[in-house]
Amino acid sequence: MSISRITTGLKNKSFSATEITRQALDFAGRENPKTNAWLLLAHESALASAARVDEQIAAGHDPGPLAGVTVAVKDVILTKGIRTTCGSKILGEFIPPYSATAIDRIEAAGGIILGKTNCDEFAMGSSNENSAFGPVRNPVALDRVPGGSSGGSAAAVAQNTAIVSLGSDTGGSVRQPASFCGVVGVTPTYGRVSRYGLVAYASSLDHIAPFARSVRDAATLLEVIAGRDPLDSTSAGAAVPNYAAHLDGNVRGLKLGVPVEYMKHATGETADLIHKAIRDLEDLGCEIREISLPATDYAVAAYYIIATAEASSNLARFDGARYGTRATESGTLGEMYRNTRGQGFGAEVKRRIMLGTYVLSHGYYDAYYVKAQKVRTLITRDFTRAFESVDAIVAPVSPFPAFKLGEKVNDPMEMYLSDIYTITGSLAGIPCMSVPCGNTSEGLPVGLQILCNHFQESKMFRLADAYEQR
Amino acid sequence: MKLTEAQVEYVAKLANLSLTPEEVGEMVHHLGGILEHMDKLSEINTDGIEPMRQVLYNDADSLRPDVERESLTNEAALSNAPVSGNGYFKVPRVIER
Repeated sequence: MSISRITTGLKNKSFSATEITRQALDFAGRENPKTNAWLLLAHESALASAARVDEQIAAGHDPGPLAGVTVAVKDVILTKGIRTTCGSKILGEFIPPYSATAIDRIEAAGGIILGKTNCDEFAMGSSNENSAFGPVRNPVALDRVPGGSSGGSAAAVAQNTAIVSLGSDTGGSVRQPASFCGVVGVTPTYGRVSRYGLVAYASSLDHIAPFARSVRDAATLLEVIAGRDPLDSTSAGAAVPNYAAHLDGNVRGLKLGVPVEYMKHATGETADLIHKAIRDLEDLGCEIREISLPATDYAVAAYYIIATAEASSNLARFDGARYGTRATESGTLGEMYRNTRGQGFGAEVKRRIMLGTYVLSHGYYDAYYVKAQKVRTLITRDFTRAFESVDAIVAPVSPFPAFKLGEKVNDPMEMYLSDIYTITGSLAGIPCMSVPCGNTSEGLPVGLQILCNHFQESKMFRLADAYEQR
Repeated sequence: MKLTEAQVEYVAKLANLSLTPEEVGEMVHHLGGILEHMDKLSEINTDGIEPMRQVLYNDADSLRPDVERESLTNEAALSNAPVSGNGYFKVPRVIER
């Protein structure tokens, strides 16, 4: 069901919010053993939210734009009173004392937080195989990964166990799983959505980001969660447009750039599907032109330096003192810190903390960290220059479709390199999204990435919606 | 850039991370490979380029009025503590009597 069918059905009294929430909880519980997408279903609080929506409708009040809409939430986003693990043993029993601003806004809009979804530990990974609670399987092909790090949130929407979901995107963690699972995933402009209550991985790159089965639903959800929040000093003050109202299908004359640096690596069926999508956009009246983003080849290196440096600092807070598990054999305070972290973090998180600590350490700071920040400036300039002549950029999301579980776990560098097409937009802080553009001969979904200039979500949604409705 | 075991152990100490001997070995291997890729950055000329620390940062947006507001209660703040007592977090003794 779409958001509008749910809100209309509630208004017409075809069903109640309690009925659809109860059904959704049952269905998610039954389906979950197949994919392991959900870590927790919040029966009690979800039904309480549904009851509130039903009361409002009965009293003749407007229950809000997300009334009765079930929302799956990645387990790195805090939900008051509902366990939030970040996919990590170190927070295995953590019950947040407050909710993220995005969660408060969804609940105020009548949305039903159905539960928490599996993810790579602390959002670090591209396959959802780094969760302390087991990998997630792709609902489209159960022997394959759903992508990561927001694999559970993508799978929940693809599996129809939630209407929409929230993930987090730092270097592609929403766009890539959206592409792998055949759903829509949107990374808004940096700062468009408050990060308050999103457990920090790399603060200058982190975003809370929506998944949905249609562009329209993703736009509706983003509109609810976007906007200035005094609790996040990096949240943007710019007014939030009515995104869904601008989905008029009119894309004639839009100039779309295709970056040569992206297409030169694209091969096989993924490349064929992207080329076909570009021809379809041309048929809709868009003008296609080749563009160049010359710093692209340096993006993966710059990203994994900046992101891990910020992570090494952000994850210092997990020390066994204030929250999380504490190692039992802790003689001195120093041993408590080291053992708690050594036992509580998984392999990939340790690797990134080590890498980040190394690039920030004396003697390497300028050569790695400052250099990477300068390259980030160059990557951002590439986009600024490109958007002087095009309205949007279209590109692949991932070089390949969903791969098999276990296929890439032993080569972290190869896993990092697969983020090449999503990382550039993250570094520049521009809005970008994945919209399904067909399946390979094996039936694996492929996503088309659309990137626009800062705060041009409306244009991005209009193009994606026109393409989706073609 | 190749890493030695001693370097890995030094960085682990900076990061307050206990690693098993097997983990140290894996770090030498994996981090070495990753850093080799990072060295690619030396190819690109960044003379005169400002480092970018934050995207779209706007001072006017970043400030809010300095007014008192409710914060977490002591009880809520301690609710996830592994060990607490008398309204405080408890950790192993750091000062000898």
